[in-house]
Amino acid sequence: MSIASNHDNAPRPLVSDSGARATVGLEYMTYEDLEDFGKQLDEIRQRMLDSLGQEDADYIRGIVKAQSTLETVGRALMFLPFIPPAWLAGVAALSVSKILDNMEIGHNVMHGQYDWMNDPQLNSKMYEWDNVSPSANWQYTHNYIHHTYTNIRGLDRDIGYGLLRIDPDQKWHPAYLGNPLYAVVLMFVFQWGVLVHDLDLDRLQTGEATWAEVKERNSGTLRKVRRQLLKDYVLFPALTGPFFASTMAGNATANVARNVWAFAIIFCGHFPADVESFSEESAENESRGQWYLRQLLGSANITGSKLFHIMSGNLSYQIEHHLFPDIPSRRYPEIADEVRALCERYDLRYNTGPLPRQLGSVAKKIVKYALPNGFWDRLRGGTPEPAPVAYDEPGRAAA
Amino acid sequence: MTTAPGPTRRRLTRRVLASPLVESLTAPHGVDRFLEHVDPMLTVHSVRARVSEVIHETGAASTVVLEPNDAWRGFRPGQHVQFGVEVDGKRRIRCFSVSSSSQRTDGRFSVTVKAHQDGYVSQYLHRALGDGTLIHLSEAEGGFVLPTEVPDDLVLLSGGSGITPVMSMLRSLRDRGHDRSVTFLHYARSPEDEIFAAELDEIAATCPWVSMCRVYTRAPATGRVQGRFDASHLQQLAIDPSTTLTYACGPAGLIESVRRTYDAAGAGENLLMEYFKVPTVDLDAEDATGTLALDLTGREVPNDGRTILEQAEAAGLTPQFGCRMGVCHTCTVHKLHGAVRNVITGDVRANTDEHIQICINSPVGDVRVAL
Repeated sequence: MSIASNHDNAPRPLVSDSGARATVGLEYMTYEDLEDFGKQLDEIRQRMLDSLGQEDADYIRGIVKAQSTLETVGRALMFLPFIPPAWLAGVAALSVSKILDNMEIGHNVMHGQYDWMNDPQLNSKMYEWDNVSPSANWQYTHNYIHHTYTNIRGLDRDIGYGLLRIDPDQKWHPAYLGNPLYAVVLMFVFQWGVLVHDLDLDRLQTGEATWAEVKERNSGTLRKVRRQLLKDYVLFPALTGPFFASTMAGNATANVARNVWAFAIIFCGHFPADVESFSEESAENESRGQWYLRQLLGSANITGSKLFHIMSGNLSYQIEHHLFPDIPSRRYPEIADEVRALCERYDLRYNTGPLPRQLGSVAKKIVKYALPNGFWDRLRGGTPEPAPVAYDEPGRAAA
Repeated sequence: MTTAPGPTRRRLTRRVLASPLVESLTAPHGVDRFLEHVDPMLTVHSVRARVSEVIHETGAASTVVLEPNDAWRGFRPGQHVQFGVEVDGKRRIRCFSVSSSSQRTDGRFSVTVKAHQDGYVSQYLHRALGDGTLIHLSEAEGGFVLPTEVPDDLVLLSGGSGITPVMSMLRSLRDRGHDRSVTFLHYARSPEDEIFAAELDEIAATCPWVSMCRVYTRAPATGRVQGRFDASHLQQLAIDPSTTLTYACGPAGLIESVRRTYDAAGAGENLLMEYFKVPTVDLDAEDATGTLALDLTGREVPNDGRTILEQAEAAGLTPQFGCRMGVCHTCTVHKLHGAVRNVITGDVRANTDEHIQICINSPVGDVRVAL
């Protein structure tokens, strides 16, 4: 029955019977302050929701128009591989089109940012993106698991994606020596990484789901993969006739360009230095204010031009996105001013920096945590930071 | 002047554009997403129309004449369409009956809408709809239609703005050259409140096969029958429910009374009914009222004021959900009818055909959702 399928895949709820209050954020402010902090963010949220209107609709439609025009132009230019600049321009246009489709349009539409428009083409339940992972699977692991349990160790599967060691609290294992290599490979095949991640196979390993359940949940994946491959590697190359190979190469390049770009932006969202992670106990019974604070402390922004923000799907405003995942992304810059002011008032860190710096910080962490805790610092002649309590990651229980 | 593409070529182009091959090329998006940037009317799957004329009718109603694109497959008299207009970036959708004759040859059709004081869309149609406005439509829907073989005796019964679908039937019969008996029985509050008054006069004068009977419930009696509908009206007009196919459209009270009369005469199967409920929003009610209808499972539960998700779960359903706090949109479902209150903001939304997050919305009065 379709009605009952895929229901309550909820992991452990963040409530306990103990009645004890969550401890998230107590090192920064009191419970009263946290309450206040939550109210102020709720107030910003409501103000934004109340002011949604024509400009937001025009904006996203403009992006969709740019994306479909770039895609049309890009695919058309592939018919001219004998003029190298035209072919290159085609690859560039298709790459940008795929990036816009996945990030500023797909990611944000699937978050429900434009559900208020009541337009089936921009509806979170109906949108399908130009990516091998079906949007419904992605929505589950991303919108729900990652955005609800952001940076809670053991619950947020986006900490290292079950592949990388990115946090000192992840238990070290010799396999993590390959951390840098895994990261580089993942960068090039990122959409396939997203697909595997969204298959949610961990639940099979931990016994939370049966093979039949996993199979049913992922029934659309193979169909989606087939359609994506057919379009980029068979149909469009075939349409260009004698230029089959060059079109195929062009489409592959565009897919890889999108992979590398998306990887870079997304890894800067939660993995730069000083981004905090949390234990499950500390977040149990958390208040609205604590939930907000956890999002703020667990995310990092990237500074850049307006075009850069559009190309990154405004995920360069990762902090604002995590505070208000379903508010249209074009509002994040104005929200950012208010969030910064709040950070100043409560003396909180607002993690931001230019792309090279944030990316460098992520790279350093990937290398550092390939080694057991303390090794890196000893190599560099410093004193190791105190060893944290390791936890079992979902799906790595056997490791 | 260049020659416009003939209808055959246009049909062929449409068939190619709507083909699975083209869909594979544009995947994961539909072909309409590319076509609409050239011209919003070029879509092959999405039905759209441009307003070609707005006519102010008697009885505070407006007729909107629409020129649909090629995706429109036409209508049968009595059917309705989902009519979507975008205001402030938000698409508002309402169901309106087609009021025009199916015999129109210019490809256009019309809907007629009475201005409800609280009806956002109907007010908008009266005040702001201009020529050329883009309308998002559905295909024509509904089984409130005449049979292919129209019987010798027919009653078209309506009240208030319920006249629109039966007016479409009457106009279509007239334009088809129908010549067998049709009784047109219409209830309006007063002559000033009556839609299509002039055309009804004209049909009464020129179509001898129509027995026209217009009743004004709040004006001095003039005709053969008077007051609100009851069984005696049928007797006075010599209508035998057990042998006469009857179409009735109007407010719930009228329909209920007609239905009881036909049931009492054992003629329930001769009666086809249609009524549009405007959601009754009782904002002051402290206690939860109404019924939560779970459309896909065919279940109905009395509204107990909790969120729709909680009520559906209490009814034994297991809808999808995620965060249960209005963040992740996993629980979003299609609301078919009724008003809901956002439990966080207190906002009430009463749009027909919209998507709602059931974890943070509770029903206000009768609500129907696709669960």
